[in-house]
Amino acid sequence: MKKGKQTAKQIILQAKNTSVKFGAFFAVKDFSFMVREGELHFLIGPNGAGKTTFLDLVCGKTRESEGSLILKEKHDLSKLKEFEIVRKGVGRKFQAPSVFGNLTVWENLELSMKQDKRLSHILRAKPNQEKDAEIKEMLALIGLSEQKDEQARLLSHGQKQWLEMGMVMMQKPSLLMLDEPIAGMTEEEEEKTGELLLKMKEKCAIIVVEHDMEFVRKYSEKVTVMHEGQLLCEGTMDDIQGNERVMEVYLGRKGDTADASTPAARSVV
Amino acid sequence: MKSVVANYMISRKWLLLALVILLILLPFVLSDFRVNLLGRYLAFAILVIGLDLLWGYMGVLSLGHGIFFGLGAYIMGIHLKMEASSGGLPDFMMWSGMTELPWFWTVLQHPVIAILAGIIVPMIIAVILGFFTFRNRIQDVYFTILTQALVMVTVTLLISRQDVTGGTNGLTGFSTIFGFSLSDPATQRVIYYVTLGCLVIILLICSRLINSLFGKALIAIRDGENRLRFSGYDTSMFKVLVFTISAGIAGLAGMLFVMQVGIISPTQIGIIPSIEMILWVAIGGRGTLIGPVIGAILTNSAKTFFSESYPDIWLYFLGAVFVIVVIFLPGGLMSLGKKLKRRNSNEKGQTNSKADYSAS
Repeated sequence: MKKGKQTAKQIILQAKNTSVKFGAFFAVKDFSFMVREGELHFLIGPNGAGKTTFLDLVCGKTRESEGSLILKEKHDLSKLKEFEIVRKGVGRKFQAPSVFGNLTVWENLELSMKQDKRLSHILRAKPNQEKDAEIKEMLALIGLSEQKDEQARLLSHGQKQWLEMGMVMMQKPSLLMLDEPIAGMTEEEEEKTGELLLKMKEKCAIIVVEHDMEFVRKYSEKVTVMHEGQLLCEGTMDDIQGNERVMEVYLGRKGDTADASTPAARSVV
Repeated sequence: MKSVVANYMISRKWLLLALVILLILLPFVLSDFRVNLLGRYLAFAILVIGLDLLWGYMGVLSLGHGIFFGLGAYIMGIHLKMEASSGGLPDFMMWSGMTELPWFWTVLQHPVIAILAGIIVPMIIAVILGFFTFRNRIQDVYFTILTQALVMVTVTLLISRQDVTGGTNGLTGFSTIFGFSLSDPATQRVIYYVTLGCLVIILLICSRLINSLFGKALIAIRDGENRLRFSGYDTSMFKVLVFTISAGIAGLAGMLFVMQVGIISPTQIGIIPSIEMILWVAIGGRGTLIGPVIGAILTNSAKTFFSESYPDIWLYFLGAVFVIVVIFLPGGLMSLGKKLKRRNSNEKGQTNSKADYSAS
C-alpha cells in the first residue's frame, strides 16, 4: 500500500552512460535513463533502437560494456545474477507471452509470488491462507478469476499476456518492465491492458516498450525516445511530437535507419 | 473442472494400489524363474521413476542414466564378488596378473558401505556433472549429447580396465549375499519383496515431491525456464538437485538389478540400455510417475514374451509397439484412459487434466 509521496519521489532506476557492445556494434550507446517511484514511463524508438536490449541489460540478460545501473540508489545491478536482480525488485515481462503452459493459472501465480525462492525453502513450502488471498486479489485484477483452474496453455493470447503481467506483479517489484504488452491484441484487449497499467503503476514504477503510438499517447506521462542505441529526447508525448529530430527519425529517414540497424538488432534481440 | 482433476488423481491412487497388490500376490502363482524376471523389471521400474522426474516433469533428457545404474550395479557386483571369493583375489584378477586387491574393492567388502556407496557415489558424480553443465547453461540437446558421450566414456573405461572391472565379461559368479545363498529361491523372494518395497517407497516420496510447490517449479522449468529464472528462481540449482536424485535412484535400481540377475557387464549399461530406459518412460506416459513404472514392467514383460514365443521376429514386434505408441498415444499408456473417456463423453474441457503434460 505504498503511495508515492508528492515530494522527492525515490529514484527507482538510474542508468548512467550505459553501453552494450556486440562486436563492433553498439546496441546501446552512452544511454542515461531515470525512473522515479510511481512513474509510467514509455520507451519508444524505431526497430533496432536498443529498447529491448536496454531492458535485457536492466534484468541481467545481457551485461553492460560501460556505465552504471543502480536500483533504488543502492543496488548495483551489474554485479548481480538474473535471479538476484529479480529478488531485489525488478520484474520483467517478455515480449512473447511466456507462462507455464501445463500449470493452472492459479499455480502460475503461486509460483511467481514474492516468497523465499531458495531451493531449500521451496522444498518445504506449504500452502497458506495469506497466499490464497493474495492470489485471489491478483486474479481479480487481471480478470482471470474464472479461469483460475484452467491450464495456462489454453488461454487466449491476451489472457496469457495479462497472466504474465500478473505473475510479474506477484513478485511485488519496485520496477516493472514490459516489452510491447499490447502486440497482437484486439482493441478491446488493448484498452483492458491500458487500464491494468494504470492500476499497476499505483504499486510500482513501470517502463513500457511500445510501438503503438496511439496507445503511448493515451497512457503515457513520460516518454523517452531511443535511436540507434542513444537517447534522442525525453518528455511528454506533446514534447516528443513537437521535436524535429524525432520526426526525422520516424518519418524522413525512416527507410535508411531501418536498413542500417534492423538486421543487426534482430540478431541480438 | 476441479472434480475432473480430482477424479483423475483418485483413479491414479487406485491404480497404484491395484498394481502393488498384484505385485505382492504374483509370486504366489508364478514360478521362481518368473518371479526373478519380474524382480528385474521392478528394478527397472524404480529407475524410471527418477528418469520421469528428470525428463517427464523437468524436461531434461538424459540418455546417460546407464552410467548411474551401472555404478550402483558394479558397486554391488564388487561386493558380491568379494563375498564369493571370501576376501581373496577374485578369479579374473588372477588371470590378468593382479597380486593385490584395489583399494575400492577392499572398502566395498563391508555390506553397509557397499549399499550406501551404491546410492551415494552416483549422486556425487551427478552433482559434479550437473553443477558444471547446468551452471554453464548447457541445455536441451547439448546436454543429451553430453550424457551419451559420457556413457561411451564409461563403457570404454570399464572395458579397458579389465584387471579391476572384469572387462567385457563384467562381474559374475556370485554365490551369496550378506551370507545367504543367492541360488536359494527363498533368498530371491526376499530380494523381490525388498525391490517392491523400494519401488513403493521411491514412488511415494517422488509423488509427494511432485505435488508440492517444488514439483510445480519443475514443470515450470520445463515450460519456461527463462520465465522462472526471471521470477527469481535459481533454476540451475533445481536442475542439479533433480539430476542428483534421479542418479541416486538409478544407483539403487542397479544394485537391486545385479542381485537378481547375477551378472553385470558393460553391455547392460551402455548406450542402447540408456536409450531403452527413456522408451519405457515414453511408453508409460511421461510426467505421470506411475505410467513409466507400468511402462517399464509391461515393455520388459513383452520383450520376454515375444523373444520366447517368436525368437526370430520378436524385435520387429517390439519395434511395432514403439511406433504404435508414439504415433497413436503420444501421451503414453497413461493417456489411454483419458482418450477413451473423452471419446465417450461430449463434454468440453475434458482436455483439462493436470496430468496431460504431453503438449509441449
